[in-house]
Amino acid sequence: MHDLILTIISKYNYWIYIVLLMIGLYAMMVKKNLVKKIIGMNILQTAIILFYISIGAKKDGTLPILLHTHHTGHHLVRAADYINPLPHVLMLTAIVVSVATLGVALALAIKVYHQHGTLDEDEIHARIRK
Amino acid sequence: MKVVGLIIILLCGGLLAYATTDFPNWGDPTSPAAMHVSAYYIENAVTDTSVPNIVTAILADYRGYDTMFETAVIFSAAIACFLLLRIFTPKSSQSRLYRHIATGITLRIEPGGKLPEKSDTFERIDSSWVPHDLIIKTACRLFIPFIQIFGLYVIAHGHHSPGGGFQGGVILGASILLFAVSNDLRSTISRMGEKLTAFLCSAGVFVYAGTGTLCMLLGANFLDYGALASLLGVDPVLARSHGILMVEIGVGMTVMAVMVSLYYILSSDGKLNEGL
Amino acid sequence: MNQHFPALIIIVPLLAAFFIFAISWINRKLCFPIAVLALAISFLSAIALLGMVLKNGPVEYRMGGWPPPWGISYYVDYLSALVLVVVCTVALINLIACRQSVSREFADKIGPFFTLYVLFVTGLIGMVITGDAFNLYVLLEIASLTGYALIGMGKGDAALFGLNYIFMGTVGASFYLLGIGYLYLITGSLNIADIASILPGIYGSKVVLVAFIFCITGLFLKMAFFPLHGWLPNAYTNAPSAAISLIAPLTTKVMIYVMIRIVLYLFTPSFSFEALHVASVFVWLSAVAIVMGSLLALGQKSLKRMLAYIIVAEVGYMAGGLWLGNTESITGAILHLVNDAAMTLCVFLAAGTLMFKIKPSLTGELQLDDLAGSFTKMPYTMAAFIMGALSIIGVPPFCGFFSKWYLLSGAVTAGHYEFLAALLFSSLVNVVLFFRIIEIGYYEKPDHRADAGHLIARMDEAPLEMLIPLLLVAAGLLAMGFYTDDIVTHVIRFAIPAGIV
Repeated sequence: MHDLILTIISKYNYWIYIVLLMIGLYAMMVKKNLVKKIIGMNILQTAIILFYISIGAKKDGTLPILLHTHHTGHHLVRAADYINPLPHVLMLTAIVVSVATLGVALALAIKVYHQHGTLDEDEIHARIRK
Repeated sequence: MKVVGLIIILLCGGLLAYATTDFPNWGDPTSPAAMHVSAYYIENAVTDTSVPNIVTAILADYRGYDTMFETAVIFSAAIACFLLLRIFTPKSSQSRLYRHIATGITLRIEPGGKLPEKSDTFERIDSSWVPHDLIIKTACRLFIPFIQIFGLYVIAHGHHSPGGGFQGGVILGASILLFAVSNDLRSTISRMGEKLTAFLCSAGVFVYAGTGTLCMLLGANFLDYGALASLLGVDPVLARSHGILMVEIGVGMTVMAVMVSLYYILSSDGKLNEGL
Repeated sequence: MNQHFPALIIIVPLLAAFFIFAISWINRKLCFPIAVLALAISFLSAIALLGMVLKNGPVEYRMGGWPPPWGISYYVDYLSALVLVVVCTVALINLIACRQSVSREFADKIGPFFTLYVLFVTGLIGMVITGDAFNLYVLLEIASLTGYALIGMGKGDAALFGLNYIFMGTVGASFYLLGIGYLYLITGSLNIADIASILPGIYGSKVVLVAFIFCITGLFLKMAFFPLHGWLPNAYTNAPSAAISLIAPLTTKVMIYVMIRIVLYLFTPSFSFEALHVASVFVWLSAVAIVMGSLLALGQKSLKRMLAYIIVAEVGYMAGGLWLGNTESITGAILHLVNDAAMTLCVFLAAGTLMFKIKPSLTGELQLDDLAGSFTKMPYTMAAFIMGALSIIGVPPFCGFFSKWYLLSGAVTAGHYEFLAALLFSSLVNVVLFFRIIEIGYYEKPDHRADAGHLIARMDEAPLEMLIPLLLVAAGLLAMGFYTDDIVTHVIRFAIPAGIV
């Protein structure tokens, strides 16, 4: 039990991302308003971005930008001094992808609104069935 | 549906939580993610590419191929919105609103009616026009050049400080959106038209892919900037730094044009006549 | 030039897409020729790559000159080369066949349509050819985004069903990204071959298990594997004809390819089949998918919706073939991937041609009853449709028979008789479905009623531009049937990794 509590407390960043992920997924599945579903999709993608960033953290690490490179010549660079830059690069791509998906989803939602006059899924399905 | 949703997320959440027990500790410098590939990047980025910002070096050189497709993603988002929403209505079939400046009376001219575009007694307004915005207009006009200079600075200084093409491109796009929000959409479109925006979208990604193709034509693999050394007259390491700058400029152009184009289409419902 | 084919095959369409968008503002007539030129160059590069792989073995190409795992590398082996040829051929033939229907449906937006078309094909080509797991995600998203927009342009409720497709597709892609993130956490690398070399030491880790589950679930969502198939029939029925005859043959098949790549090459067979014991569960699920897809297709009155449910059943064939886990079934799965792309292209092109000529009824969907008398008025189109139908049923010497034969013998070898029963049941249902169409088209007279908004159908044969590619594909189905042995012994046999019995 003591080990379990220790595990939960030391890895609390991962628990936060899991909660966010599930909130986003729940919103996408359960909410009836199309815009709320789109927001849920955004929360889902943001949670995954947070997960990747938290992989890259390092104790006592600083930004991965080397200073004083032109002055001191060949300064030995130790990897443990700098946080992991690779997840940041991957997540730049993921953020752009999520923005692009958001744009296309909003465009389709506008088209749905023009056609049916409402954004509520139940009303739209009732109108389609008629 | 709510019960099914709850069951699904409890299952998924439980599965993910189950896996966290085997994770390496948070912030551990000896975890596999920090040791294998990233260690090489941190230790060798400056000697390979002479770019101190390691994130930019990875983004535009080691994994530059991913970034090219990321730019293509944002380009295709703009094309998708254009395809889905854009409606081409001829100018002659739209009704226009005019306001008599002296008395404040608003006139609506139906299609077919005649009133000159520029006149001293009447000004053309949008349906969402509000008076008394002199302070906003003047303040924004003062801000916009500084925002644009900062955007250009962020693009150019991506090598030495946090920044790069995407960030700078968004700032540049935001400056134009600020003008569109403070003034009206029509004056923004008259300054930065639809054709220019579309051309900049394509030109930016073309610069990126074109730099890669240039490297291919000079004999190296695609996006191997070291091949540019013979063209630019510097050693291969510095050529990589210059290649990274070239692609960042391309990325900045595309991102700015896409932001502006998306705003134009979404705020005017596809018609590009009047906006928010 | 030889060594640059892996880059050319994807750069030329990418550059062409940007060029088409820019040029559409100046001269709209240039869009189509540029697109055809770009896809033709890709097609030739794909053939050249297949030739190179057959002669010298797998080809590796390093982007940016950096060796993997520090850079992104392309890895073209037998499996990728084969699927590349399939993707490029389908895209090129469809482009030529759909020009007229595009000019009719999107008169003033022809530039953006072809841009998205070429970008979609670029995304698919990149997915097939890449050797890096994160690069696969980026290209997956390119193909998905362009697909969403192309589907959302249809008539009727295409926007709503396209939005539904976005939701499910994004969840699928996000799950895949999550799985890759877990793998990166535990191995530190993103390159497929590199991860496969690091993983054997850590098979017992819970992280690897959860990564596997999330990757596979994400891919199931994207390939419309029952019960996650809900988005497919609605999205495919309402889409424009030119878009759907590109998306339907290719999307699900390339997702199956990605699943094969991940199950057999990333998590090697020693993990997927021996360390885990989920293979039997997936075979059962595939059998259910096949049965449900066939049953749901029976109840449809609309032609395209029926074909969409047949796709759901076909996905069950290929997924089951992979998870049965022996050489014959995996050969059957890969062969069925190739064959099904061709068969689906054939029937969807025929349906698009029929829709181009026959004005459909009120709902906008081409009902089966609208096909009355079509055999006499549009003989060549219906002949091609029937050839596609016979191939889907599995009649020799069409190609569909041979891939079903391999799947059946693989099921017998593995002892999964439920899969065998599902395959036979589905073939019977396909017979019923298509003979119903033959009966309506051959025996019923064309309907000249002018009531309830049903427009008078004036059928005559389709324009040559649409007919010749269609007949080419139908002839190709026959030819692939004759050359099955060559394909299997020279290509597919080497595509199966060593750990499979």
